[in-house]
Amino acid sequence: MSADHQPTFTSVEQARTTLADVGYLASSAIATTVFLADTLGKPLLVEGPAGVGKTELAKAVSRASGAELVRLQCYEGVDEARALYEWNHAKQLLRITAEREAAWDEVRSDIFAEEFLLARPLLKAVRSEKPVVLLVDELDKADEEMEGLLLEILSDFQVTVPELGTITARTQPFVVLTSNATRELSEALRRRCLFLHVDYPDPELEERIVRLQAPELSEALTTSVVRVVNALRDLNLRKAPSVAETVDWARTLIAMGAEELDPELVRSSLGVVLKHHDDISAATKNLDLDRALAG
Amino acid sequence: MLAHRLVEVATSLRTHGLRVGTSEVADAGAVIQALGMDDRELLREGLASAFLRRAGQRDVFDQVFDIYFPAAVGARSGTPDARLDEASSPREAADVVRDMLMDALARGDKAELDRLAATALDQLGVVRPDDPEAGWSAAQALEQLAPQTAIVGALERARAMGADGDGQDDEGERGGGSGAAGQGQGAGSGGGATQRREQLTDRIERDEMRGRVAAFRRRVETEARRRNAEVRGSQRISRYAVQDALEKRDFLGPGGGELVAMRATIDPLARKLAARLTARQRQQSRGSIDIRKTLRRSMSTGGVPVDPAYARRRPHRPDLVLLCDVSGSVAGFSGFTMTLMQAISAQFNKIRVFAFVSTTDEITDLVKAARLEDDVISAVVRTRKVFGWGASSSYGQSLDSFVSTHLGAIGPRSTVLILGDARSNYGLPRLSALRQIRDQARHVAWLNPEPVASWGTGDSLALDYARVVDMHECRNIDQLRAFVSRMSV
Repeated sequence: MSADHQPTFTSVEQARTTLADVGYLASSAIATTVFLADTLGKPLLVEGPAGVGKTELAKAVSRASGAELVRLQCYEGVDEARALYEWNHAKQLLRITAEREAAWDEVRSDIFAEEFLLARPLLKAVRSEKPVVLLVDELDKADEEMEGLLLEILSDFQVTVPELGTITARTQPFVVLTSNATRELSEALRRRCLFLHVDYPDPELEERIVRLQAPELSEALTTSVVRVVNALRDLNLRKAPSVAETVDWARTLIAMGAEELDPELVRSSLGVVLKHHDDISAATKNLDLDRALAG
Repeated sequence: MLAHRLVEVATSLRTHGLRVGTSEVADAGAVIQALGMDDRELLREGLASAFLRRAGQRDVFDQVFDIYFPAAVGARSGTPDARLDEASSPREAADVVRDMLMDALARGDKAELDRLAATALDQLGVVRPDDPEAGWSAAQALEQLAPQTAIVGALERARAMGADGDGQDDEGERGGGSGAAGQGQGAGSGGGATQRREQLTDRIERDEMRGRVAAFRRRVETEARRRNAEVRGSQRISRYAVQDALEKRDFLGPGGGELVAMRATIDPLARKLAARLTARQRQQSRGSIDIRKTLRRSMSTGGVPVDPAYARRRPHRPDLVLLCDVSGSVAGFSGFTMTLMQAISAQFNKIRVFAFVSTTDEITDLVKAARLEDDVISAVVRTRKVFGWGASSSYGQSLDSFVSTHLGAIGPRSTVLILGDARSNYGLPRLSALRQIRDQARHVAWLNPEPVASWGTGDSLALDYARVVDMHECRNIDQLRAFVSRMSV
């Protein structure tokens, strides 16, 4: 591997505390894998349900290591031009017009210089002078060709631009790939990465997250909020509540000045946690809110 | 030495259906170098990130890890309970352990539960006391202990503790944090409110307790595997005692119906299926040429169709109709079916589900309202009219009754999935009913949990039905995945 690599983290425990310092409470699985990806210089493939903090993890690593975050948001139809580089046609045309008198050979060689290159996230990450965290977000949304494009970057941290040659990263980026598993990623890609499956945090960790994000909420209420959310996740819902929604709910309860989680309060604020009408009625039924209210 | 062990782990993972290559083993080596061997749980997470490539494989990995990187050697030297020494018969021992279990469950004390798992195995799991080579049996220990019977007791104790604990908590808080306002509220409506809140969390508590008992069972099983590995050698245990990855597990085989675990693997498949049903529309939106429009446009170029106009597709909303055999013979499979249905119905609005044994009834509402761990099948069998004239399955009758009462559910956009083994107890096949379904639907596919080799043997009508509709062997998740990816709707 040609690029320099300066590990950010010295131990798992240190990774955990550094991440906590920048506001990300990592489970032991997360801290271990982040430490390993950093130490071994391997890309990290993070899978898990929506809203468990996959993207947030990349941001936290960038904050913790002081590296710039370069983000490639994938979507259906994202292509080389969007991910890697484009030639700045307008500027090239201007250049040609400006040098109308010059000889053809001179102009031609000039318009494919770095000056006319529009670096998209991948190239930007490779070319950066300073250390970067490269986040390839929701890779499963992109088409399969995208993965082929990534393979070169992931294994050798280099990019080839036909007109300029191969550009190799000066400092090795910390690469995080996230996926919601809507599509199977290729074996070749998986093989190059360390794998981390992030699930909803266990109640204890989630309580700590809520306490960090909504410190005004009383301890007992925090516990009940996390418990109810966990119970909701076990229901067969269209959209299970994520950590973000737990925090939202906690903040809502603070705003409402709640003292304790009684059924009436749960029912009136359930819309913060659940985003579908069906889900709300299913939850009301399953938590027996109506009976609790009548009784 | 360590390298050798890593290779053994890789081999063992491979025999259980994971794709583990040399690069994974090399990664694992680097992981050990980076982490050291001191902290076992860190090592577990680290090796998992090197060996695993997708979510559904974690279970297998954990089991193999426990065999090759055991937590301890030999029986544990915990503090034996005095009451256990007095207990003479296994039954008494089981009672004592269960009693301690209730306490530990009520407190949610993980360390204590760990110790109790070892104790339970010590007391109840010895296969033959006279022969140390015979090893340990988790099944035997769990059967005698019956930890699920501890749930009610544990709940009561938790509530008793909770009442005390909550009271103290509340008081502490009112004193410290919220001050006078809290005091007033607590005095006035406190009693009524706590009582109400208990009702709200009742159900949640029960679910939590069930989860803890399930975790305890796993602990006992892990402990048994670890000890057996010592007695009989890791390789043998890792081959026979580790359950296959969910992907390869036979739906009809033992342990095939671990639905909650399966759900995690099935969810992406369901999403994919739903995505496929809508994706086709996008693909085809530029399909056929609108001749009239093209000719009109070609006027300006003297009749040469330079700029072809494409026909605009009418929006196509596919829907799904499911016909599921819920009879006992395919219990594991239909449980899986339900899991699949729940996963799809969460993704998909337009779906209708029908169940049958010997007559067909609609169960869409039940499937949609069901919770993850609810036993939909037995609810269906209890509350819906899935039995016609006999208690044994009859595909002919069921198809007939579907056609006569529910055929309206199938429209020209419907994809029909039929799930069942096509074993009809020598009844008439009624192929005409199936043909009617096929003709009315856009596409029909049949998933059969039996191996192709046994189609058409005995009372199986699979071959007859396969002549009318596409039938696919679908015995495990791998095959389901293959089906979903080649399914053209």
